Amino acid sequence: MPQQAAALQPAAPQTTQPAAQPTAQPATASALWRHPEALLGLRDMATVAIGIGAWGMMTGVAMVNAGMSTVEALAMTFFVYAGSAQLAATPLIMAGAPMWVILATALCVNLRFVVFSVHMRAYMLHFPLWRRLVAGYLTADLNYVFFVRRHPTPSADPAVLRAQQAYWLGGCSANWSTWMLCSVIGVALANFIPVAWGLGFAGILALLGVALSLLKTRLQSVAALIAGAAAVAAFALPLRLNILVAIAVAVVVCVPLAAVRKARMQSSQRTEQEAS
Amino acid sequence: MTSGLLASTVPNVTDGWTLLTIAGLTVITVLTRSFFFISQRDFKLPRWAEQGLHYAPIAALAAVIVPELVMSQGQLISTLQDTRIYGAIAGTAVFFWRKSTLGCIIAGMAVYLPLHIGWGW
Repeated sequence: MPQQAAALQPAAPQTTQPAAQPTAQPATASALWRHPEALLGLRDMATVAIGIGAWGMMTGVAMVNAGMSTVEALAMTFFVYAGSAQLAATPLIMAGAPMWVILATALCVNLRFVVFSVHMRAYMLHFPLWRRLVAGYLTADLNYVFFVRRHPTPSADPAVLRAQQAYWLGGCSANWSTWMLCSVIGVALANFIPVAWGLGFAGILALLGVALSLLKTRLQSVAALIAGAAAVAAFALPLRLNILVAIAVAVVVCVPLAAVRKARMQSSQRTEQEAS
Repeated sequence: MTSGLLASTVPNVTDGWTLLTIAGLTVITVLTRSFFFISQRDFKLPRWAEQGLHYAPIAALAAVIVPELVMSQGQLISTLQDTRIYGAIAGTAVFFWRKSTLGCIIAGMAVYLPLHIGWGW
């Protein structure tokens, strides 16, 4: 296994590599855990852990209540690792829907991750394929959001790359363990936790808090409002494609608006300079 | 395909076909989350798309959240007796007051749960 091979090597200082070099030697997990960014990633994720946990628990409850066996529900939890896709696929599986319908549904529910992967590309290309795939697999919604908030610009500098990997590791570990622990609790206690209590609402509140923390510019607030309205308006679309439509509408409206604002600001600066 | 029927009538029977589906779903998770960095081949994003990435995360979150707050069973809610609205308002207020996501979750649930379970809203 490549991980073991990397662990056997002494922690040699990384030599500066030319930017064209496609792959960087991945740092070992234990080295990354000693990096202060790892703790930061963990702490950031801890602020929403209660929401992730409640959401994971309700996903576990929902799978068992739909009629899945314990083994199936646990396999779903540990392998699929995508709450919204699990919730969308569960009733289809139990109804005996054809496999391609189930997979197509999960694909559409997950399409937002494809948009995220465009953004993550510049951060990921430095690593070998197996590591990129593992990293992609483990990057859930909030891992992506927190990661690009903390590290807004990709870099080829080894020190920065190391900090980014450490932050990512801390956040993904926290998210993974919280989600798994609480999903397993949900599967085990499904008969005692009624879905009607609505504990899953904590997951929505966690997303809400994160969304509010992302609002830095007025145009981002506009994007949020447009996307929210579009997602409601397009809700009737099958396979939760309304989310993709909402992202597209927000981008199509906000990118030209940003260009107009920039042009107007530049021209007003110019008139100020001329006046003075 | 009797798997679905069997599983729902006989509790706790594990079905091979379902496990195969779960394996397929796992592949979907990996492929969608790594889609644009599976290949290392050169590819330049158009400028508008690059600028669009300023808005993609917030738009995706809003698109997931808003329907969960104001819709039920595929319809826009027409009543104000929906505890999710008050939970979200409380959460938003506390977020701007304390700048804390955890505060948002706790305040939102503190408003939501009593109204939802106790009042039945």
